[in-house]
Amino acid sequence: MPAHNESKTSLYRQALTAGLWRENPTFRMLIGMCPPLAVTTAVKPALTMGFSVIFVLLCSNFVISLMRNLLKSHLRIIMFTLTIAAFVTVCDLYLKAYLPDMSEILGAYVPLIIVNCLIIFRAEACASKCGPVVSVLDAIGMGLGFTIALCILAAIRELLATGCFFGFKVMPGRFVPWLAMQMPVGAFLTLGLLLGLANVLTRKKEA
Amino acid sequence: MDRFYVLVMGFLSVVLVNNFVFTKFLGTCPYLGVSGRIDSALGMGLAVTFVTTLSGTLTWLVDAYILTPLDLQITRYICYIVVIAGAVQLVEMYVRRFFSSLYDVFGIFLPLISTNCVILGVCLFLDVWGTDTLLEAVVLSTGTGIGFTVAICVMAGIREELILADVPTAFKGAPITLITAGLLTLAFMGFAGMIK
Repeated sequence: MPAHNESKTSLYRQALTAGLWRENPTFRMLIGMCPPLAVTTAVKPALTMGFSVIFVLLCSNFVISLMRNLLKSHLRIIMFTLTIAAFVTVCDLYLKAYLPDMSEILGAYVPLIIVNCLIIFRAEACASKCGPVVSVLDAIGMGLGFTIALCILAAIRELLATGCFFGFKVMPGRFVPWLAMQMPVGAFLTLGLLLGLANVLTRKKEA
Repeated sequence: MDRFYVLVMGFLSVVLVNNFVFTKFLGTCPYLGVSGRIDSALGMGLAVTFVTTLSGTLTWLVDAYILTPLDLQITRYICYIVVIAGAVQLVEMYVRRFFSSLYDVFGIFLPLISTNCVILGVCLFLDVWGTDTLLEAVVLSTGTGIGFTVAICVMAGIREELILADVPTAFKGAPITLITAGLLTLAFMGFAGMIK
C-alpha cells in the first residue's frame, strides 16, 4: 500500500515540523509563557529548561497516548497532570543530583513545568487522540520549537545585560551592560518585541 | 505585636513588592488571556484568590503534618497536584450547588484554575520562603491571590483604553500587551525599597 505509506510519512513529517514554526508554542500559540519569561536571563538555564521540557513532554505524550482509550472524559485532566507530575519529579531529582547549580538557578520553575500549559495542551490536542509514534514526534517538534524560542530570548537578554554569550565575553570592552534586561522588564519587553517581529515575518510569508 | 508586624509586612510584600505576576512571571497566561475587560479580570482574580488561599493552606498542612513526618517529600509534587485538583473540584461543586449566581460569575474560570501556575506556585514558594506557621501560610497565600487580582485588574484597565490607541498592526494583541506589562513591572519596581 504505497499511497497509505506516503500519507503516513507526510503525517509524521507534519507532526514533527508543526512545533518548529507554524504552531510554535511561544511565538505563534502563546502558551506556556511563564518559563520563557522567567528563566531566560542567560542561555545556560534556558537550555536546561528547554531540555527538561522536552523530556517531560516526550514521556508524558508517550504514556498518555498509550492510555488514551482508557481515559474517562471528566477525569482526563487530572490523569494528565498526575502523569506529568511523575515525570517532572524524575526530572527534578535528576537535575538536583547531576546539575546542582542549574537546579539552584531554576528553583521552583522546574516543578512548575507540571502546570505548563504547553504540556497539558499537547496531551489534550495530540496525545489523547493520536498513536504513540505521532505523539512522540509531535513532542519532539514542539519541545524543540519551545527550546529554540527560549534560547533566542535568552541570547538577546544575556548579550545585552552582561555582554556575554553562554558565559563567554563577546561584546567589546567599551560596551555598557543594560542591567534592565536582566530584570522582569527586559523579559516582557524582549518577548513583546519578538512577537511583533514574528507577526511581521509571517505576514511577509503569506503575502 | 512583633509577629503581627511580620505578617503585615509579608502580606504587603507579596501584594506589591514580590507580586507573582510582575517578579515571578507566574499566571502569565490568564494575565494575557483574560485581561481584556475589567469585569472578567475581576472574576478571574477573585476565583484565583479563593483557590490560592484554600490550596496554599491545605498543601501547607499536608506538607507539615503528613509528608515531612513520614519522610515522603519525594512525592510532594504529585500530592500537591492531587490536593489542588481536589480543592478546585470541591469548590466548584459547592459553589454550583449553593451559590449558583456566583457560579455564573466564575463560569469557565473555576475549572481552568487547577492548571493555573499561580496556585502551584504559591504552594511551592511557601516552602521556599520557609513558612513555619499556619497563620503565615494563610496570610501569604491570600496576599498572593490579591496581588494577582491587583495586577490583572490594572492590566485590564489599561487594555480597555489601549483599544482606542493607534498601534502598528504587527503589534496588536499580545505583543503590545507584553510591552505594556513590561512598563507596568517597571512601575511596580518603585515599591522595591519599601520593605527592608
